[in-house]
Amino acid sequence: MAERLSRKKIISPEKIFMGMTAIFSLSVLLISALVVYELFSASEPTFHKFGFKFLITKDWDPVQKVYGALPFIWGTFYTSFIALLIALPVSLGIAIFLSELAPAWLRSSVGFLIELLAAIPSLIFGLWGLFVLSPLLQQYIEPPLSNLSFLPFFTGYPLGLGFLNAGLLLAVMIIPTISSISRDVMYTVPANQREGGLALGMTRWEVVSKVVIPNSRSGILGAVVLGLGRALGETMAVTMVIGNTPQFSLSLLDPGYTISSAIANQFTEAFDKLQISALIELGLILFVISVIINAFAKLLMFRMNRFSGGARI
Amino acid sequence: MKTDFRYIRRKVFGTMMLGLSLLAALAAVSMLFWILGYTFVKGISAVNLDFFTKLPTPVGVPGGGLANSIVGSIIVVGMAAMMAIPVGIATAIYLSEYGRGAFASTVRFVSDVLAGVPAIVAGIVAYALVVTRMHRFSAFSGSVSLALLMLPIIIRSSEEIFRTVPDTLREASFALGVPKWKTILSIVLKTASGGLVTGTILAIARVGGEAAPLLFTSFSNSFWNFNPGQPIATLPVDLFNYSISPYRDWQQKAWAAALVLVGMVLVLNISARLYLARKGFKRNG
Repeated sequence: MAERLSRKKIISPEKIFMGMTAIFSLSVLLISALVVYELFSASEPTFHKFGFKFLITKDWDPVQKVYGALPFIWGTFYTSFIALLIALPVSLGIAIFLSELAPAWLRSSVGFLIELLAAIPSLIFGLWGLFVLSPLLQQYIEPPLSNLSFLPFFTGYPLGLGFLNAGLLLAVMIIPTISSISRDVMYTVPANQREGGLALGMTRWEVVSKVVIPNSRSGILGAVVLGLGRALGETMAVTMVIGNTPQFSLSLLDPGYTISSAIANQFTEAFDKLQISALIELGLILFVISVIINAFAKLLMFRMNRFSGGARI
Repeated sequence: MKTDFRYIRRKVFGTMMLGLSLLAALAAVSMLFWILGYTFVKGISAVNLDFFTKLPTPVGVPGGGLANSIVGSIIVVGMAAMMAIPVGIATAIYLSEYGRGAFASTVRFVSDVLAGVPAIVAGIVAYALVVTRMHRFSAFSGSVSLALLMLPIIIRSSEEIFRTVPDTLREASFALGVPKWKTILSIVLKTASGGLVTGTILAIARVGGEAAPLLFTSFSNSFWNFNPGQPIATLPVDLFNYSISPYRDWQQKAWAAALVLVGMVLVLNISARLYLARKGFKRNG
């Protein structure tokens, strides 16, 4: 009896094993905390000097040591917005095709191919955008668009590089994300809902637009938010086609700059400590945006899973 | 019988919309083939044996290859995998086998948010963490940035795979008197091992093509380097630098690098997916 009691006091291997895995889990939290700490502390010099004015001024001049992030923030959001505008209808179309129309064999192979599009490295998209899409845009697409220069969206010269090219590339890159999540969500709409619609005399399209899509609304929103997150942070492809000109322009034809491409282009060339700090603060902005967006997407998915037992994303 | 024009109109409109959705799917698939096909055609004419065996030559000197950056990529990604895999799998074990409470859901949430952090931000963190302290670019700092990107991917895929191990296997083991930790190590891990390997391969394929975090961490190098404390050439970074250069010869090399990179990434990705699909796991990202 006494022996058994004293043996219980020795930590059991069970506890050691669980403790070890718990420590590794804790390390994930610590690593994340370290990420946040490093980003904040390394961007301290610019924050100290410019404060929140960093976010709303638009001069970026390493020679004068003046840094304002506005053109980059604008470029990031504008390109992502263009990408969403193009990618959302196409992705919904793909999701509808895969979940409602395609026969089983086509469904899995087309789904596989579209997901493969997501596996292609960003650089390859950039290379394609630089050497294929850009000449196409410059010769065939942008000249007719520039005839519409009474609209603020089409002023400027057809360069082939700029917001339009970057937006198109980003659209192709986020279509797999949005379409595959939307498809998974549409699958989870119960068959009897569709049958109910058909029984009421709806056409197949009306079932899709009035039953399936409304039923999967929050999942589609989550997919869009995740796609947006991917577009905002995308670096290499955008860097190769955006034109790298820090300016605040509405025109699709104009070259621009994004947060991520500024970091990619200027980091190795920056020798001034303040410029490094400004670039790191840009990274911090991108980090904060991506955390907000992913947390939001996660909450949406969480809500959806609770209400409809939907697909785990 | 009266013809119902409204019904016909609805029917026609519906068919048109469904036709558009078919068109959307077609467009996405043809984009894939366009991009891959173009890379293949451009790359195959630029790739040769020298590309895999020689060092790069200076501008204007023809020939040469990117042998050092192919090996460099393998080194950097390999070191990243060695850092991320143990932490990732141990965390996944905790989450799937023990994690019930608030701590586990916090870890899960944080790792999912970490999964959405842009690659370039991981590069900045590695720069601030390692490069500023070592006062130079290094292969090691590049690995740190890639490990940061891999970790959440491995955690999520491993946790999902552990969950596909049937509880009856665990219960059978408990019934034989095997303690839980031994059950996890000898039954759960063993059953899940195939899935774990493929999940890891997917994560490697995902970060192997990244250039953004390596630009200012592992930097680049025109020569061989096997020292983790020194800058090292990697395929993605060389591909980027060559593609934006004005020299035709270098642009050719960029396409060759693109072909090799796409080839490596897709072979890893497709084989992992086929394996998972055959085993009936849900595909993930």
